[in-house]
Amino acid sequence: MDIDMSLVDWSRAQFALTAMYHWIFVPLTLGMTFMIAIMETIYVRTGKEEWKRITKFWGKLFGINFAIGVATGIILEFEFGTNWSNYSWFVGDIFGAPLAIEGIMAFFMESTFIAVMFFGWNKVSKKFHLTSTWLVAIGANLSALWILVANGWMQFPVGTVFNPDTARNEMVSFWDVLFSPVAINKFLHTISSAYVVSAIFIIAISSWFILKKRNLVFAKKSILVAATFGLITSVFVALTGDGSAYQVAQKQPMKLAAMEGLYDGQTEAGLVVVGALTPGKEPGDSKDAYLFKFEIPKVLSFLGYRSADAFVPGVNDLVYGNEEQGMISAEEKIERGKVAIQTLKDYKTAKDEGDMETVAQLAPLFDRETAEGQDFYENYFRYFGYGYLNSPTDIVPNVPLTFYSFHIMVALGFFFILFFLIVLWFTVKNKIDRKKWLLRLSLLTFPLAFIASQAGWIVAEVGRQPWVIQDLMPTVAAVSRLDASAVQLTFILFAIIFTSLLIAEVSIMVKAIKNGPKEGGK
Amino acid sequence: MFETLSHLALQQYWWAIVSVLGGALVFLLFVQGGQSLIYTLGKADFTRTMVVNALGRKWEFTFTTLVTFGGAFFASFPLFYSTSFGGAYWLWLLILSTFILQAVAYEYRKKEKNFLGSRTFDWFLFLNGFIGTVSLGVAVGTLFTGGNFMHDEMNFTSWSTSLHGLEAFTCPANLALGLAVFFLARVMALLYFFRTISDGEIIKRSKKQIYINVPLFLVFFLAFLALIFLREGYAYDPATGAVFMEKYKYLNNFIEMPVLGVLFVLGVLFVLMGFYRNIFCFEKCSDRAIWPVGIGAFVVVTTLLMSIGYNNTVFYPSLASIQDGLTIENASSSKFTLTVMSYVSLLVPFVAAYIIYAWRAINDKKITREEMENDNDGHVY
Ligand code: HDD
Ligand code: HEM
Ligand code: HEM
Repeated sequence: MDIDMSLVDWSRAQFALTAMYHWIFVPLTLGMTFMIAIMETIYVRTGKEEWKRITKFWGKLFGINFAIGVATGIILEFEFGTNWSNYSWFVGDIFGAPLAIEGIMAFFMESTFIAVMFFGWNKVSKKFHLTSTWLVAIGANLSALWILVANGWMQFPVGTVFNPDTARNEMVSFWDVLFSPVAINKFLHTISSAYVVSAIFIIAISSWFILKKRNLVFAKKSILVAATFGLITSVFVALTGDGSAYQVAQKQPMKLAAMEGLYDGQTEAGLVVVGALTPGKEPGDSKDAYLFKFEIPKVLSFLGYRSADAFVPGVNDLVYGNEEQGMISAEEKIERGKVAIQTLKDYKTAKDEGDMETVAQLAPLFDRETAEGQDFYENYFRYFGYGYLNSPTDIVPNVPLTFYSFHIMVALGFFFILFFLIVLWFTVKNKIDRKKWLLRLSLLTFPLAFIASQAGWIVAEVGRQPWVIQDLMPTVAAVSRLDASAVQLTFILFAIIFTSLLIAEVSIMVKAIKNGPKEGGK
Repeated sequence: MFETLSHLALQQYWWAIVSVLGGALVFLLFVQGGQSLIYTLGKADFTRTMVVNALGRKWEFTFTTLVTFGGAFFASFPLFYSTSFGGAYWLWLLILSTFILQAVAYEYRKKEKNFLGSRTFDWFLFLNGFIGTVSLGVAVGTLFTGGNFMHDEMNFTSWSTSLHGLEAFTCPANLALGLAVFFLARVMALLYFFRTISDGEIIKRSKKQIYINVPLFLVFFLAFLALIFLREGYAYDPATGAVFMEKYKYLNNFIEMPVLGVLFVLGVLFVLMGFYRNIFCFEKCSDRAIWPVGIGAFVVVTTLLMSIGYNNTVFYPSLASIQDGLTIENASSSKFTLTVMSYVSLLVPFVAAYIIYAWRAINDKKITREEMENDNDGHVY
């Protein structure tokens, strides 16, 4: 591969920048729309102006957030083409479909009914308005579904076959792509985590009002809705997080090893609760991986394989192979990947030159319906992507980043459950306004929610390196052929634009919060 | 039902959908056209706010159509998506950056403590209105005039100029189309204002602008047509896929596909009729001129796009390596994907129906000064 490494790095940095900016705003959209819809439903049911005021206030904050979510989204959509164009062609057959469906099904629903939500208060009936609010919530969550199906497919490519004539992957089953267990888990875990973030957002702002002794009724009612919603969804986050970890163990063992900092595979593997990694640890060296750790025995084996004595492969097993467990080394996989790539080249050359004999001889290898095709797939073609790698350690992602992100996320996940429980308890007992420490804790929890959710994406995306598509296409092969300096320039440009817009957003938001809900239902 | 269609028929069906989305997008660019007029029409801060609010209720549709247009192209003709976006990098990023700025500008322009200041956000709107429309027109122009791309044996793209797309601005036909789109968008915006804003001052200024923008649009549009109809075009042999040059290809397409040709001419006539009504019968019929012009523009753009996908035409020619040119046959998704997506396309009429319904529900009253002043919901932009 004659790709300039800094090109790949800048392209990755640019994608990460835009995706992570997008992910600041999207969770709030996903969760707040639901809570606003619940609040409006209470308003329409009870007819109490108080609830209309509550609905409108959170609706206003939602509007401020939504605009910048959209601004960061458009660039992501087109970045697949501008910066990952080889990827876009290689898998456009599968990957483009969810993106298009997202536009047709979700974005139009969202943007149409958002107009009613914002401008329709005095123009349409109460019922129509309420329906519109619910449709915005559904539309937003549908858009999450489709993009996460796309992302799930990259982590675990299913429902496709390789077509040697076009040299790309083609979809053979839409349902396999949609109902892939990875995609389903990802969707459920991600949207529930978004609900948690928004619930914390509402609790934190309401706590601030109580601390300032303002808008007490408004604040307590908002907390009640948010804490109830948050408690339910945070339990769901933990459950689906476990589901995600199980999927990772099955489909992306290297990611799991990185998440746990596990270098030497073991049976009855324990789950690290807290720990620190030894800096400078490399695969294959003899250093101890941990400076210290506290672990619960056997739990990792159980989480990953649903059996307490299952073998969990570590980084070294995956890089150097493990005969006992029947695992081949990365070096061997690279060799086999190269054979697969070469066979494809031979096939294409023969076809171009009209050498029909060779074509007829090689074609069955790419057809898994035939016995030799199945054999070729099992032994060579499934390692196709490895053929683009240079050295066996290329298959190891950034272990510390993945490890710490994962542990931060999980620890916060359990903390949030506790947090909602306590907040709800004191709210129901009507004592929340006297618990200053809890109100202050709510303010502190606010940034933690965003940290947890960004950390989750770092686990998912950094942990799957070097793959854009697991085992099929490494990141280096996916990138558009541009000058590194061009991507560097756009990276800087986006960093400036998004940071300025973020500052504007936060400052508008803060001002709107300080102004508070207006009296008289306005 | 779609399973019985051939791969080619599905490719044609999807080319039609992409063309329709393109036509709808150009119609909806009236929002951008309006943004390019905010300083011309809204001399005072207050009138500018009225103009911006008239547009602010519609900008999301244009934006979402652009996103969906991109998604649909990705799903149905991924080789175009990867070739054009990855190759003409700077051209597309120029377009997209202005849309990023637009997306926040409406919501933030009048908000307290908006950090960059109202003027900056208005300027973002103007930038998007001007650069966004011209560059989109230029980008579409390259479907006729070609891009500097090459493909390797894996169909991975490389680009032969270091300008990565900006060179498209140097081609007269592209520029003519870019400016035609720009002035068309402005004309449609003016017609939209006649219909939605009730304010003497704005109406008076808009009328004046009609006399400037209509002739300019006609000049650039006719120049574009002349440039592409009279030049050689890129055709291919369906049996071998070999690309070759054909005289008057783009004109021949309309002659050899008379249905498209007739529709195209009708579309042009509709647009002209709208201009005529607006200029010569302003008091009685101006209110509705947005419809003949809008529908006419939609039909013209849709048929122009359709014409280069059919009749063995290369829809994205390569200037760097002519045989690498894209056709609906070599750039498309697999038959399976197109079939799946065709089922999804059945949702489109349903989506269009609820958009029209919701649009009507909130747009039955004209925008007045009073409404802008009595903002109860905090949702005046
Ligand atoms: C408030 C945010 C939040 C919280 C508290 C948690 N997560 Fe999470 N997690 C996410 C937000 C998130 C996320 C942002 O939604 C991610 C990123 C990608 C994805 O699928 O979801 C994610 C990814 C993610 C992954 C990687 C999936 C993949 O690579 O495909 C695993 C294994 C977990 N989570 C597991 C957990 C566990 C066991 C938790 C314990 C309670 C937990 N998460 C709490
Ligand atoms: C919105 C939440 C998301 C965040 C925060 C996020 C985060 C990241 C990060 C941090 C990287 C860089 C990894 C590295 O260090 O190399 C990355 C890369 C990437 N992600 Fe995501 N991601 C998100 C969603 C998605 C989704 C939904 C998709 C696909 C549908 C996706 C596709 C990619 C691609 C194509 C790359 C570039 C290739 C790579 O470097 O791995 N991301 N993302
Ligand atoms: C890297 C992959 C992604 C791409 C290409 C992408 C694309 C987009 C685009 C184009 C928009 C603007 C839509 C409009 O015109 O209204 C948008 C907004 C949105 N996206 Fe993403 N997105 C990505 C990741 C995600 C993820 C991971 C989620 C949720 C799990 C998500 C959920 C949303 C939502 C709810 C919106 C509505 C606006 C808002 O952000 O508040 N997106 N996205």
